[in-house]
Amino acid sequence: MTTTALPPISELSDPLTTVLPNPSQAAPVDAPTFWQRFPSPSLAGVDTSHTMWSDILPGGSHWSWRMPRGSAIRFVALDAGANLSLVMYNAMEKLERYNMPDSLKAQHTAHYSKGHVLMSDMGRAMASVTADSLGWHDPLGALLDNEVMTEKYGEKRYGDARNAMHRSGKDGLLIEIGKYGLTRRDLIAPVNLFSKVSVDEQGCFAFAPDHSQAGDFVELRFDMDVILAVSSAPHALDPHPVYAPKKVGLLAWRCGAAPANDACRGFRPENARALHNTDMLYL
Amino acid sequence: MNTVQHTPAAIRIQESGLDPVTAVSDQRHAAGEPILFKLDKGQTLRIVDLEGNQAADVIFYNRDDLAEHYSATDTIQRQGGIYLTTGSVLRSNDARPMLTIVADTCGRHDTLGGHCAAESNTVRYALQKKFMHSCRDNYLIALQHADIGLTKRDLVPNINFFMNVPVTQDGDLKFDDGVSGPGKYVEMRAEMNLWVLISNCPQLNNPCNAYNPTPTQLLIWNPA
Repeated sequence: MTTTALPPISELSDPLTTVLPNPSQAAPVDAPTFWQRFPSPSLAGVDTSHTMWSDILPGGSHWSWRMPRGSAIRFVALDAGANLSLVMYNAMEKLERYNMPDSLKAQHTAHYSKGHVLMSDMGRAMASVTADSLGWHDPLGALLDNEVMTEKYGEKRYGDARNAMHRSGKDGLLIEIGKYGLTRRDLIAPVNLFSKVSVDEQGCFAFAPDHSQAGDFVELRFDMDVILAVSSAPHALDPHPVYAPKKVGLLAWRCGAAPANDACRGFRPENARALHNTDMLYL
Repeated sequence: MNTVQHTPAAIRIQESGLDPVTAVSDQRHAAGEPILFKLDKGQTLRIVDLEGNQAADVIFYNRDDLAEHYSATDTIQRQGGIYLTTGSVLRSNDARPMLTIVADTCGRHDTLGGHCAAESNTVRYALQKKFMHSCRDNYLIALQHADIGLTKRDLVPNINFFMNVPVTQDGDLKFDDGVSGPGKYVEMRAEMNLWVLISNCPQLNNPCNAYNPTPTQLLIWNPA
C-alpha cells in the first residue's frame, strides 16, 4: 500500500456530486490510503501501519462489510454534526442480531461510550467500544425514513440530482442488508454513532445539534464475525431544515480478540459475561 | 437543545367508558404464560394488571402482512418521546398506526426494556440462570405451536405494559418501581387486523414483577 501523502480532505471532490475519472485499464488496484486525509488527532492510539483498508463514506451513502472477530474499525467524523446509523448481524447465523433493549438493560445505559458492548439477542458481545472522543453515541434507534425525509427536506430524486439525491437511512440499510438475503422483517433498531439524543423527565427527546466536531472518533472492536451495515444519512430527529449529511471516515485493522484483561470485559460484569458467551463460539 | 415533541409522553390518566359485561371476550392470562390471539380492526383490547406491577410483554403483527410488526423505534420517534400513555399511537416498522391507546389508568408504559431471554439472563444475572423460564421461551413456544409464519426473527423489541423504565438526563437507564397497581389497566383500539403476542413475564431476577409473577386479565370489545 502506498504511503504517498494525499491532498487534504478539503480538496477532495465529493464522489456523490462529481463524476470521478475511471482509472486506466493498466492501473493497479485502486486502494487509496484515505486515512491520511483524516485529522491526525482522530487517529490517536491507532497504529496506521497495520491498516487493512480505509474509506470515506460520503454523507447520505450506505455500505456494508463482513468484519471478522478480532478486527476493528475507527470511525471518524469528517464534518461537524455527523451521523452514522449502524446495524449488525452474526455473519455465521444471521438470525442472531444486535439487540437494542438487551444491550441497554444489561448495561443500565441509554448512551454508548468507551467500555460499552453492543450485544446480540443471544446474550453475546458483537462489538465493543474500545475508543471514543465523544462520550455519547445514540442507541435509541431512530432511523430516517422516506416519509420523514420528504416532509422535512422536500424531494430530491435521482432524475434531477443524480447522486446528490436525498437518501434515507432506512432505505440505505435495507439495501445493505438485502445484499445478505435479509429483508425488512430483519431490519433492527440501529445505533446512531456521533449523535446524542437525551430524554427529559417527561420522556421527551432532545436532539443535541452539532454534537460531534470534525475529528471526533469512535472505535468498534468486532468480537464475533459480523455483517456490519451503515448509512451516513442524517439522524431522524436532527431538526436542521436542510438535507446536509456529513462525511465519515473509516479505518480498519486486525486488532485481535479481546484479551483476558480487556477494558470492556472489566467495565461491568455483564460485559465480561457477554464476551465470555461470544468466546464460547470460538473454541 | 431542540426538543422534538409531537406528542408529549407525560403520564395521562384516562378511565374507560367500556363495561366488562359487554366484552366479547374476557379471559384470565395465567402468570408466566404466553398467549397469541387475533384482534380485528376496530376492536378494543384491555389488559388489566390484576395484582399490580406485572409486566405484560406484547408484540403486535399485521395479520394481513406478517412482515409488518410493532416497531418501538418508529413509535417513539414519531411521538417524540419514550413512554406510552393515553393517546399514544403504536406504530409499525412502516410507521403506520397499528393501535391507539384510548384509556390508561396506569399512565406510563415502557418501550425500551425489551423481553427477557435465557441468553440475556446469563449476561444480566449469572451464567447459571439460563435454564429459568423467560419471555422469549414463551414467545417461541407460542409461535412454534401456532405455525403461522412468524419466527425468532420477528421477535422485535416489544412493549412492556405496566413497566417503568426511565432514562435519566445523563443517559442512564433505570428500572424503577412500577407506577402500576392492582386493577390498573390499559386499553387500546386496533387500527388494523392484528396478531397479539403476549408473554406474561416470568422473570424472577429483577423487580419488574415485584419478584412475584401474577396473572392479568384480557378483555375485548367490538366497535360500538
